[in-house]
Amino acid sequence: MKGAVRTHRRARTGGAPPIHTRFQAWGVNHVQALVFSLGRLYRNPFAAALTLTVIAIALALPSGLWLALKNLQAASSGWDHGAQLSVFVDDAVSDGDLQSLAERITGMAAVDSARPVTREDALAEFRALSGFGEALDLLDHNPLPALVLVTPAPDHQGPEQVRSLASELEALEGVTQAQVDLQWVQRLQAILEMTRRGVALVAVLLALGVLLVVGNTIRLDILNRRREIEVAKLVGATNGFIRRPFLYGGLWLGLFGGLLALIIVGVGLVLLNGPVQQLAALYGSDFRLEGPGFRGALGLLGLAVALGLGGSWIAVGRHLRDIEPQ
Amino acid sequence: MIQLQNVVKRYPGGQEALSQVSLRMDEGAMAFLTGHSGAGKSTLLKLIALIERPTRGQITVNGQLLNRLPKRKVPYFRRGIGIIFQDHHLLHDRTVFDNVALPLVILGYRQAEIARRVRAALDKVGLLHKERAQPVTLSSGEQQRVGIARAVVHKPAILLADEPTGNLDPDLSREIMNLFMQFNQVGVTTLIASHDLELISTLRKPILRLEAGKLLDTGAPPVAQAEAPA
Repeated sequence: MKGAVRTHRRARTGGAPPIHTRFQAWGVNHVQALVFSLGRLYRNPFAAALTLTVIAIALALPSGLWLALKNLQAASSGWDHGAQLSVFVDDAVSDGDLQSLAERITGMAAVDSARPVTREDALAEFRALSGFGEALDLLDHNPLPALVLVTPAPDHQGPEQVRSLASELEALEGVTQAQVDLQWVQRLQAILEMTRRGVALVAVLLALGVLLVVGNTIRLDILNRRREIEVAKLVGATNGFIRRPFLYGGLWLGLFGGLLALIIVGVGLVLLNGPVQQLAALYGSDFRLEGPGFRGALGLLGLAVALGLGGSWIAVGRHLRDIEPQ
Repeated sequence: MIQLQNVVKRYPGGQEALSQVSLRMDEGAMAFLTGHSGAGKSTLLKLIALIERPTRGQITVNGQLLNRLPKRKVPYFRRGIGIIFQDHHLLHDRTVFDNVALPLVILGYRQAEIARRVRAALDKVGLLHKERAQPVTLSSGEQQRVGIARAVVHKPAILLADEPTGNLDPDLSREIMNLFMQFNQVGVTTLIASHDLELISTLRKPILRLEAGKLLDTGAPPVAQAEAPA
C-alpha cells in the first residue's frame, strides 16, 4: 500500500512517459493495431470470408476481362503488322518483267520486301490451299493473275502510309491494282479498343463497389465498437489512436481480397489454357494464355490495398467523429 | 485546480441544467457534490471533463481555460483527469488487466512499465489476483473497483466520480469512499457526485449541494480547500 502511495506522489509531476519512449511506443502501437485488426478478422471467420469473397469477385472480374483482352491483343498482334499489299499485274507482263518489277518495288523507300508470284505459282498455291483444285482442272486456262506481294517497311505501317504506298504502286507500269489487306485488321483493332473501354468502365464501377463494401464493413465495425470508442475517448485517446485499427482492418480486407482475386484469376487461367491451346493448335499456332505476371499481380494487390484503405478511410472519417462519450 | 465562474448549461430542448454555478477547488482538495436526480450533478462533472461544453461562463481545470480549448486538444486534456461512472464503463471483450491498461496504452508506455503500473493500481484496489479475469465474472463492487483502478492508473491530477457507489451496498460503498480518501491523501484533487448523504456526511469533507441547477450556499462562491495532510 505504501509503495502505491509513493508512486502516486511521483505521478503528479508528469503524466506522460519521455518522448523517445513515446515515439517507440507509437511504432509498437501501429504494429499492435495491425495485429489486433488481423485478429478481429480471424475471430469472425464467417463474416470475414463473406466480405473477402465479395471483394475478391469484384476484383477478379475486371482483372480476368483485362487479361482476356491482353491475350487477344497478343494473339492478333502478329496480324496487323503483317499488313501486306497484293499488287496485281497485267497478264501481258512476262515472268522476267515481273521479276524486275519486284526488284524495282523492293527499291522503294516505303517497302521492306516484295515477292513476285507468277501465274503458275499462284495457281499451284491456290490448288494447294483452297481445296478447289479439281474445279480448276475444268478450266482451260489459268484464271489467276500474276502478282507481287509487298510488305511495307516497319516505319510505313500506318493506314495512311499504306494507302499512299498503294496508289504509288498502282501508278507503276503493268500494275492493274494494289489491294490493301488491312481493313479487317482495322476493324478488329476498333472492336478491341471498344472492348477495352468497356472493361475499363466495368473496372471503375467494380472498384467503386469494393470501396463501398469495405466502407460499409468498417462502418458496421465502428458501430459495434461504439462503447469501446467512447471509453477510449474518455481516457484521452486521440482520434488517430482510435482510427488506426479500423484503417488497418480495411487494409487487411483489401490485401486478402486481392490475394483471393489473384487465386480466382489463376484458377481461371489454368482451366482455360487447355482448350485455348487446343484451339490454337487447330490454327497451327502454339499460342498459350499469358497470366498477369509479377508486375500485374503486384499492381492488383496494390490497387486492392489502396481500395481497402480508402474505403475504411471514408467510413472512419464519416463515423468516428460522431461518437463522443455521453 | 477546478474553477467555475457563472456557468450556465442549457440543453437544446431549452431546459437549463445548470444556472449561474460558481465554485472553486484548490489543488489537492476533496469535495462531494450532492442533490436529487436531475439536479445537475452529472452535467457539472461532464462540463469539468469536457464531455459537454458550457452555454455561458468560464471553466478552468488543471490550469487550462476550457471554453476555448480546441477539439484536437481535448484528448490531451482528458489525460489529466480520471473519470469513474456508476456503470463503470468496462469493456467486456478483454481482461481486467487490459481494461486497466487502456489509458497507459493510449499514453504510449512500454509494455513492462504498463504491467508494473497496472499491477500497482490493481493492488491498490485489492484486485491484483483478478488481473486475468473477464469483467463479467466479477461482482459489481469488484467491477467498480476495476473502473477506479483504470481511472487512477495513469496518475491523473484530478479524479471525478459520478455516483460511484450507486449500485453498491453500504459496506462496499464505504470501502469505495475510503479508496477515494486515500487517493486524495496523496494529492489528487477529488470531486465525487453522490446522493448517499448518510455516508458522505461522515467523511468530513465539504459537501456542495445542487438543486434544480443551482448551487445552494448563496453568498461567496463555495470553496473546497485542501486539508493539511495529517
